[in-house]
Amino acid sequence: MLKASIAATAVMVVLAGCSTASDSGPQPEKDAPKDLSGNISVWWSQSDREADEARTALEGFKALYPNVKVTYHDGQSDEQIAKAIATNADIDIAISSGPDSLGTFCTSGAFVDLAPYMKRDKVDMSVFSGAAKEYTQLNGEQCSLPWLNNAYGLYYNTDLLASAGVTEPPKTFSELEDLALKLTTYNADGSIKTLGFNPLMGFYESLPPQWMGTVNASWMPKGEASFSTDPAWAKLMTWQKDFIDKIGYDKLQAFTAGLGDEWSADQAFETGQIAMVLDGEWRVAFIQDQAPGIAFKTAPMPTADDNADAYGAGYVSGSTAGLTRASRNPEAAWAFLKYATMDTQALVTAANLLKNMPSTEASRTSPDLTLPEASDTFLHIVSNPYSVTVTPALSGSAVGESVLKFMQQFQAGDVSNLQEGLTKLDSDIMNAIELSK
Amino acid sequence: MLTPAILGLLVFFVYPLVANLYYSFTSYDLLSPPRWIGLRNYTYLFTQDPRVAAAALNTLWLVLIMVPIKILASLGVAGLLMKARRVSGFWRTVFYLPALVPPVASVVAFVFLFNPGSGPVNAALRSVGIAGPLWFNDPQWSKPTLVVLAIWVMGDVMIIFLASLLNVPREQHEAAALDGANAAQRIVYVTLPAIAPVILFAAVTGAIAALQYFTEAAVASGVASGKSGVYTKLSDVMGYPADSLLTYTEWLYARGFGSFQLGYAAALAVVLFVVTAVFMGLLLRRFDAFNPDGRS
Repeated sequence: MLKASIAATAVMVVLAGCSTASDSGPQPEKDAPKDLSGNISVWWSQSDREADEARTALEGFKALYPNVKVTYHDGQSDEQIAKAIATNADIDIAISSGPDSLGTFCTSGAFVDLAPYMKRDKVDMSVFSGAAKEYTQLNGEQCSLPWLNNAYGLYYNTDLLASAGVTEPPKTFSELEDLALKLTTYNADGSIKTLGFNPLMGFYESLPPQWMGTVNASWMPKGEASFSTDPAWAKLMTWQKDFIDKIGYDKLQAFTAGLGDEWSADQAFETGQIAMVLDGEWRVAFIQDQAPGIAFKTAPMPTADDNADAYGAGYVSGSTAGLTRASRNPEAAWAFLKYATMDTQALVTAANLLKNMPSTEASRTSPDLTLPEASDTFLHIVSNPYSVTVTPALSGSAVGESVLKFMQQFQAGDVSNLQEGLTKLDSDIMNAIELSK
Repeated sequence: MLTPAILGLLVFFVYPLVANLYYSFTSYDLLSPPRWIGLRNYTYLFTQDPRVAAAALNTLWLVLIMVPIKILASLGVAGLLMKARRVSGFWRTVFYLPALVPPVASVVAFVFLFNPGSGPVNAALRSVGIAGPLWFNDPQWSKPTLVVLAIWVMGDVMIIFLASLLNVPREQHEAAALDGANAAQRIVYVTLPAIAPVILFAAVTGAIAALQYFTEAAVASGVASGKSGVYTKLSDVMGYPADSLLTYTEWLYARGFGSFQLGYAAALAVVLFVVTAVFMGLLLRRFDAFNPDGRS
């Protein structure tokens, strides 16, 4: 018995020893050092062309700090970033493609609280939009900074709209639905030939967070799932279901199944198979590259008829950049983080090259910003104080996954009682979060 | 003499197994030290997880439907190839070749072939007046279409069956024929007992592979959903359509590395290990060939 206990204890000690030790991470020096030197390692999701362009945009850091050598690790997912921090690898700065994993990164201390650095260097968060401030923090702890923004709106094919005698984009759900039905054409066998707008949830960028502003819905207020108690979600889903039923779920599924991949030149808006689509600001660059002949404009997403005041706002997200607890050169890393996320020229260059939205007000209004006219819609959405975002949650992508899955089940007609389904959805989400605590 | 082997076993099998078991009783996000939570992960798994049942049922479907069909198809093709007298090497190569295609490439090719709108399969069906199904985009058809893919890449199993069939003593067939056994009886009473160990091997390895089925389902979901680019996360498309391609190991991976619930992922892995062990035990008991005495 004693031997067994000793063996069990030994196993536990070995296992615990192999696990990650959590510490408070680097602390700032009392005064910001004047001369910085050494190496820093940046791990980011950017890859290939985007990585090259982003490196070009950050070239200016070398001029400011010639003795700091920056090494970039391209194409790193959140999983790889987590592993690197957990194993205390050479990772000073991590730039994640979105806030999905921020809940874990912040609560675990993998991304250090930036407040002491910001206080010392008098960094003012008001340079960022409200949405950007929200998705880069967790429970008030500023553990990351926004690096470029993504904004979502409506792309519409002006030729197809003109063929229906329409020149202005729809601004309300009713207008969107009417126009979409008008623009939908059918083959002789009844199948869809061209679609006005695809109301299927999960189609390309049509995901639950992208829609919440249109109905003034909330996303996990105070960390609590409220999809059943916030009537806006049921309203959105009911409208979408009615819209789908007017065309036919099976017909839409069959049509959607035959469309090209979102990231290929066969993307349905670029091929003219769909007249209007919800998409991110990057689509402007994709169209310029893959379908330069298509005549299109952009506009904010239409809103629910009783939420017309919110027209002009939209969903905003973006990359989150954090200083990791594994940093061996935290002051140089912090200097880089500040430069990448707040230097106007660096942000403008990055935005011009990557066609993303620059994340500070000064960079969005810079005369050096040379984004195409179609990008203006998204610049306004980022600056709009009523634009919305999702707050990071502890369970990573589980919340978004669960909501999307439920909305798809409802659209397919697999949910008999919407309210009961939403209540169970809330319960499932909270159970998943509870498990992460 | 055995020390290196024992060391290897301890480091690469026993330690990960014990560590996994330990983590399954903890809340662990990879970045913070694991915290003991007792049976909480298992309680969640069996009473609260909203998608684990779908993932388990899909995986069970693959084990019970896909594996036997693949074995039967492999055996059938091997039988036909055994009888081929002319250019047999050519036909063996033709049937084996798909097994050399990387799984990702074969799935991508199949999704394009079976694309309901632009794929050649439905185009061919349309030309004879048949409206083809949505294949990978239809929850009813997505798994059966993966079975078609599994049959296409059966070369690895088929070649083993072919070798074992060629190894069945000709004299036994001749003796059975002299005793009046017809072709079907010779297959049942001569061929199958002779190749039973190989069928057992195919069933065990096939079932284990099906229980760990991941790549083909994940790629099919991504490509069929129209979101296969580098910007798309697995969690956005996992299980598409309607969770019909959500496998147990996909769910395990998503919970472990999408939600950083590694303690829970470890619990899922423990359950998979136990189920696999029980399943293999049952499978082995069913085969006389496993017993050296030839009896179960």
